[in-house]
Amino acid sequence: MDEIQDGLTQIDCDILVIGGGTAGPMAALKAKRKNPNANVVLLDKANVKRSGAISMGMDGLNNSVIPGYATPEQYTKEITIANDGICDQAAVYRYAQECYGIIQELDEFGIRFQKDQNGEYDVKKVHHIGTYVLPMPNGDTVKKALYRQLRKARIQIVNRYMATRLLTGEGRIAGAICVNTRTAEFLVVRAKAVIMGLGAAGRLGLPTSGYLYGTYENASNSGEGYAMAYHAGAGLANLECYQINPLIKDYNGPACAYVAGPMGGYTANAKGERFIECDYWSGQMMQEFFDELQGGKGPVYLKLNHLAEETISEIERVLHIVERPTRGHFHAGRGTDYRKQMIEMHISEIGFCSGHSASGVFVDEHARTTIPGLYAAGDMANVPHNYMLGAFTNGAFAGLDAADFIADVDFATFDEGEVVAEQARVLAPTKRDDGIPPNQIEYKTRRLVNDYLQPPKVTAKMELAQQRFEEVREDMEQGMYVRDAHELMRSLEASSILDCADMAAAASLYRTESRWGLYHNRVEYERDDENWFCHTILTKGDDGKPAHSKKAVQPYVVEIADDEKDAYYNQRVDATVAAE
Amino acid sequence: MPLAQTATTVPVVVNDDLCIADKGCTVCVDVCPLDVLRIAEKADGSKTAYMKYDECWYCMPCEADCPTGAVTVNLPYLLK
Repeated sequence: MDEIQDGLTQIDCDILVIGGGTAGPMAALKAKRKNPNANVVLLDKANVKRSGAISMGMDGLNNSVIPGYATPEQYTKEITIANDGICDQAAVYRYAQECYGIIQELDEFGIRFQKDQNGEYDVKKVHHIGTYVLPMPNGDTVKKALYRQLRKARIQIVNRYMATRLLTGEGRIAGAICVNTRTAEFLVVRAKAVIMGLGAAGRLGLPTSGYLYGTYENASNSGEGYAMAYHAGAGLANLECYQINPLIKDYNGPACAYVAGPMGGYTANAKGERFIECDYWSGQMMQEFFDELQGGKGPVYLKLNHLAEETISEIERVLHIVERPTRGHFHAGRGTDYRKQMIEMHISEIGFCSGHSASGVFVDEHARTTIPGLYAAGDMANVPHNYMLGAFTNGAFAGLDAADFIADVDFATFDEGEVVAEQARVLAPTKRDDGIPPNQIEYKTRRLVNDYLQPPKVTAKMELAQQRFEEVREDMEQGMYVRDAHELMRSLEASSILDCADMAAAASLYRTESRWGLYHNRVEYERDDENWFCHTILTKGDDGKPAHSKKAVQPYVVEIADDEKDAYYNQRVDATVAAE
Repeated sequence: MPLAQTATTVPVVVNDDLCIADKGCTVCVDVCPLDVLRIAEKADGSKTAYMKYDECWYCMPCEADCPTGAVTVNLPYLLK
């Protein structure tokens, strides 16, 4: 295993789904059910059984719109406000209308959701305005339940192949070029439609621990989706709206105020005082978190030690079996007992992820990108605040639309020269006798991301970042060296990470205003609705570098009153409350 | 520019006595999202799983899915 071998195989399918985490499996299932004759291939660089952000499960739905608790109008309004108004509501509204159906379907798969004594869904309030959080008592079984459905539906699963570039022709999608992560053999997949569900760019900034894989996101989510969409010519929206998370320091996993909040836990400063009214993640909330740290009242903590024993045991039970189960080991190693100590938190490194933020490959309410036949869903698509249920629901939209799209088209012809060129690009580090290993290229890129791109954003620093990234790119293209197929996978990831770093810098420099709290806090600029109440779209320019344009925000489906627009800026607890 | 051999502690530890790689089991290798585990042949010719690449997300499918409880996931030293 891992020895580099020559080889190139070509296969054909109707729909290629890249990424077997959350959105991908649901897209494949929906497409196959709608058109049982369609040949649907689900491809993953890991193993679909345990791939993606929910590898070990999830503790709840963070954004369920359940009749009796919330309405699609209310949810759409909340997400619009949380994103400072920069939101095409059609996609959010459709999600809000149809996610309840997806919950019921997941229920049929055997994934249970918490119910109260009357058998009603036990929905909790975590957001600033509405009530949308639904716990999942057996959330550790999600991937197994999904996998059973994939097998039952006879979806063809291809594991350990990493897609590296999309193929286009005739002005639409034509397929993808993939590499085996254990043999370096190539697989060219011709497809009439391609659905991307490749997750976040979770390995963009460097964690403060210095450990390359000590990320919040599954470290296999290294930004290939963004890089492939970019090189194929698709538009990417609002990439300057970074994702930055309030996490457990060093562990870099979620502190999970969403679980602990409804049970009485909260985010506190060093004195144990509450300073934000709402623990829901948004740029505005992160700005308050940042201000508390800078204002000398840090560190910031998750506070549980005032709660009753039964409550703390229940919080531990949930948090130590799903999503990030090593959390318990971490606390044990540090001697942190929720009953006695508060849990130290920090501000994470940056990434791209619409799961909690709003940037990504531009899609409409059908999950269509700007390239016909190419879809994107989940953390990498720009529907804001997706979370897991958004990945499932928007993945479903992609699958349903793709099933229609393939009915009317044949394979698009593409330039065979693209395959030859991609083979040369991919294999270049295997053709040298010596050079720089991919982990050093990656470390340096990510360290520079921290040094120069982490908000607050400063123009001169970001321009410096661009120069340094160019130097690293030169080193990568001329001098990167790998010894086996596994290292080759890492070298391709290093390349995606560098592409994402370039896009992050370019997008941030383009929007000359501040918006989304800490996510795009440009210290030299105020918020400027007159010039910047719009999406920014990044594409690959003719010179091979990022090009930019503005795109109008679509007319709202749900109107927002003037006095509601800034609700997310009113998060700070005032002094009298904090002193109680 | 010669490559160095730098030592590192690995987070995933496999108990050889419990590992049944000899019987053809590759569950931990199969499920790892980062593909960092491999099967090694020991001096006596028997086989065991081990962590070949120090690139761990400490996510635990290898430990959770191991049929004999041979795998333990520790936190990488740098962040523990």
